[in-house]
Amino acid sequence: MDYTIFILALPLMSFLLLALAGMKMSHKMAGTIGTLSLGTVTALSYITAFKFFGAERIDGVLPTSTPWNFLWLPFTESLHIDMGIFLDPISVMMLVVISTVSLMVHIYSFGYMKGEKGFQRYYAFLSLFTFSMLGLVVATNIFQMYVFWELVGVSSYLLIGFYYTKPEAIAASKKAFIVTRFADLGFLIGILIYGYYMQTFTFTPSEEQLMKAGMVLPWALGLMFIGGAGKSAMFPLHIWLPDAMEGPTPVSALIHAATMVVAGVYLVARMFPLFIGFAPNTLHIVAYVGVFTAFYAASVACAQSDIKRVLAFSTISQIGFMMVALGVCTATNPHEGGLGYMASMFHLFTHAMFKALLFLGAGCVIHAVHSNEMSAMGGLRKYMPITHITFLIACLAISGIPPFSGFFSKDEILTACFSFSPVIGWMMTIIAGMTSFYMFRVYYGIFWGKTNENYEHHIPHESPIAMTLPLMILAGITVVAGFIPFGHFVSSNSEIYDIHLDTQVAVTSIIVAVLSICLATWMYARPTQPVADMLQKKFSCLHRAAYKRFYMDELWLFVTKKVIFRCISTPLAWFDRHVIDQFMNFMAWATNAAGETAQPIQSGKIQSYTMWFLGGIITLTVILLLH
Amino acid sequence: MNILSFFVIIPLLMLLFLWLSRNINQVKAVMVTGSSLLLGLSVWLTITYIGIRNGGATEEMLFTDSISWYKPLNICYSVGVDGISVVMLLLSSIIVFTGTFASWRLQPLTKEYFLWFTLLSTGVYGFFISTDLFTMFMFYEVALIPMYLLIGVWGSGRKEYSAMKLTLMLMGGSAFLLIGILGIYYGSGAETMNILEIVNIKIPTEYQRLFFPLIFLGFGVLGALFPFHTWSPDGHASAPTAVSMLHAGVLMKLGGYGCFRIAMYLMPTGAAIWGDFFLVLTTISVVYGAFSAVVQTDLKYINAYSSVSHCGLVLFALLMMTKVSTTGAILQMLSHGLMTALFFALIGMIYGRTHTRDIRQLSGLMKIMPFLAVGYVIAGLANLGLPGLSGFVAEMTVFVGSFQNPDNFHRICTVIATMSIVITAVYILRVVGKILYGTCTNPEHLKLTDATWDERFTVICLIIAVAGLGLAPFWVSNVISHSVEPVINAIIR
Repeated sequence: MDYTIFILALPLMSFLLLALAGMKMSHKMAGTIGTLSLGTVTALSYITAFKFFGAERIDGVLPTSTPWNFLWLPFTESLHIDMGIFLDPISVMMLVVISTVSLMVHIYSFGYMKGEKGFQRYYAFLSLFTFSMLGLVVATNIFQMYVFWELVGVSSYLLIGFYYTKPEAIAASKKAFIVTRFADLGFLIGILIYGYYMQTFTFTPSEEQLMKAGMVLPWALGLMFIGGAGKSAMFPLHIWLPDAMEGPTPVSALIHAATMVVAGVYLVARMFPLFIGFAPNTLHIVAYVGVFTAFYAASVACAQSDIKRVLAFSTISQIGFMMVALGVCTATNPHEGGLGYMASMFHLFTHAMFKALLFLGAGCVIHAVHSNEMSAMGGLRKYMPITHITFLIACLAISGIPPFSGFFSKDEILTACFSFSPVIGWMMTIIAGMTSFYMFRVYYGIFWGKTNENYEHHIPHESPIAMTLPLMILAGITVVAGFIPFGHFVSSNSEIYDIHLDTQVAVTSIIVAVLSICLATWMYARPTQPVADMLQKKFSCLHRAAYKRFYMDELWLFVTKKVIFRCISTPLAWFDRHVIDQFMNFMAWATNAAGETAQPIQSGKIQSYTMWFLGGIITLTVILLLH
Repeated sequence: MNILSFFVIIPLLMLLFLWLSRNINQVKAVMVTGSSLLLGLSVWLTITYIGIRNGGATEEMLFTDSISWYKPLNICYSVGVDGISVVMLLLSSIIVFTGTFASWRLQPLTKEYFLWFTLLSTGVYGFFISTDLFTMFMFYEVALIPMYLLIGVWGSGRKEYSAMKLTLMLMGGSAFLLIGILGIYYGSGAETMNILEIVNIKIPTEYQRLFFPLIFLGFGVLGALFPFHTWSPDGHASAPTAVSMLHAGVLMKLGGYGCFRIAMYLMPTGAAIWGDFFLVLTTISVVYGAFSAVVQTDLKYINAYSSVSHCGLVLFALLMMTKVSTTGAILQMLSHGLMTALFFALIGMIYGRTHTRDIRQLSGLMKIMPFLAVGYVIAGLANLGLPGLSGFVAEMTVFVGSFQNPDNFHRICTVIATMSIVITAVYILRVVGKILYGTCTNPEHLKLTDATWDERFTVICLIIAVAGLGLAPFWVSNVISHSVEPVINAIIR
């Protein structure tokens, strides 16, 4: 599998090419270079996947391989950063997800970004992002993962701030970078602890090392999870993600919905054997964080009016589902408490597809009405039939209606939750209901309801084929993905696991989903929305709080602006200039003053010199005599 | 003649030719030829050095030579290089070379400027090749004094004040140094100034206890050790572009190098006694510098404080006293030298156009001078430790190495120091967001032009160096870590 190096090399090369020579190219040329290289990468990823999953099983397990690995930065004999490619079920699955969504976004952007200034730069950054993300998932060791982890952070920063003349975009990109950087600090310290005690950065320390240092693993893994929580927007580190929507919509689809934000889930999955073996309690903390985040984000999503914000919170909530699924695992055997691992990866896969579809659909809508606000939309189904149908498919998938893909993966998650604890099971079911509710609220808000009067001036129209084609492809995947025997490819102990539906859970979740959709239909499908308005008035306090995202951003603003700027940095800078520096100036002044004081003694008058001379002799004589 | 002596002879010849040259073009010709020769020489030296090492040479220093020049005190002109001096020489050559181009359009008194500039580089090169305490000290002084004139005459703002402050503080440091060196000389009782000979003699503990802090502080002042760092913001802010580059890029490294080569190497017991005390100071430097940089409004002040933080990390890593952290310290010197030089070069270029460095008055430069702005973003990303650029490699080596020290107190300091990477991101992105992004509010600035060819050349050279170190760190790391071993062995012993 030596060719896998091209999966990384091609996007890197196209990034360098576009970054160095992009400005001299035409838009079409730049876009074609980016898309072609990505197309090849996708093809290679698919070939890899077919080869990998089609390979002969050894003891019921797919053989993992490391086709590339070289020493990048040596520290000691046993500690060194390697760069390489590691293929195992989840990394290959991620290759497929990333390359597919990225290719769709590359094609889509032809239409969406048409005529934008900086088109070449945009494609360069997309290539950079894809390179870093692919490098992250195929990492052979935790430090390589961290290296690419930082790189995806920067590509995300650059793409969120793509419209660099917009103050909101600048602020959002800064916020995203700093918040995730803050979380990465935890990741880094986790790696340092792990590296020191395990004496290795690989994912699979030897038995002996584990026995010796298993005690510190909960701490190391917990700290690493902080890093994962930052990237994956877990509460309370989620605040950067909604703002990240300032970036171009295809970027939101790629980075902030389908791929980068699931890096945290991937990290936990990557460390899963260690979690299960040595830090089961830490793993359950992951679950509780996930539950709370899922609930929090779902309730905020119900009150947002900007469609991209709703989708952003929906993403946070869905990632919460994936985290919960991992967190409720108690063993590596999928039949006895390890089901969540497979469920989480399955949901990651299906979610990437339908969430990318939702974002790209939202992009078409925004492209048509030139606004993100739901108030500027309504009744669009007549104008944009393809967008409408594909968006509906995605909504049904995320709500968990069979036979769409989301149903299958979510059902596995719920089953896993119920087997761990009925409380978490029921909570997740309710959150799943909320998901259907807010998604259909958005759906009706965009495509049904009152036709907006602004359309008279500017008739919305369906997007060009470059944009609708990816929608249709993704919708196709969303329809069929549920029937993939995912458990055959990925499971917690890598053995074949047959997905079977738990009837009780499935029926409950379908009923809850359908009820929520009915409720949303009843409230939002009509031209006027008396119930919603009434509720909003009656619980204005709650609505306002939810709309303001429960004031989490204000809190963070307070911490950064007030605490760091005003209470730490400003006094420190003042102290530096006025105390330490003034002390140095004082020393200089004191030296000067001492000189000035001593100067009159050198008067040049013989008489006074004689006086001093005589005085000195007399004093000395007296002293000597007294002795 | 010893190959290393060329590092001093070439600058001296340059001084002669500069003095003889009659117009600006001749001055520039001399500078370009000389600095290219030096760059070529140091690249050649690096390659040869690696070759000899791979050939199995195990001596601590290669290319050694010694000529006695003051018999009564046994002061010799002794030279020799190990991996650390080799990379430092390479760094100095890159900075001198690019600094020449960064001062391409400097007015007035161009000839005199380059004379002092070259004299300064003579001192720097001489310092890195010397293995004799006194000769080293002499070159150290040669490097410091031109700084006074370079800032005082060609600087900007409160240049006289800054020049005076910088010189006085660094001279204060060298007073400590001189006492320390004499202490080592008499303490060892070895009738020699040669480091390689002194190291074999154990200096009595009471001497080490007394003289280690003197040497460490003396060099620490130049390495911006808290609380003796205040010369740095004023000095950098007033210095002309290339001088800032040379100062932050190379001169501050003299501090770290001296601490390593003289203080730690010759007096390991002293290092063990005083280690915790200085570790606290360096940890403060690292975090304090970063926090102070967050609220500055002058671009050069931001970078000066950032340098305090990053150079603090050098001393911090040295005091961790593990092999990896010491390797990290050297890498950090290299990395900081390159990226700060890049930063100061860019700031100088921006200042040359806008005539202000106040970030409140600058905005939207990305549209007006895209080349410089992109360069600035790259420098910023290097500074905040983006993988693929030099900062990441150095910082990670430092942190991994520091964590190898199993003492809890050292661990806590390490965790505190890692915080700086977040704060670095805060101040870098704040500046980038403020001055490069957004729309330009000052109509005067709209007329400005992008970089000229010499500026582009400077920036590109430095970016290549920064990226080169960041992408392929293994060879540098190997060259350094081999030479770090003797020192660590001395400390463990």
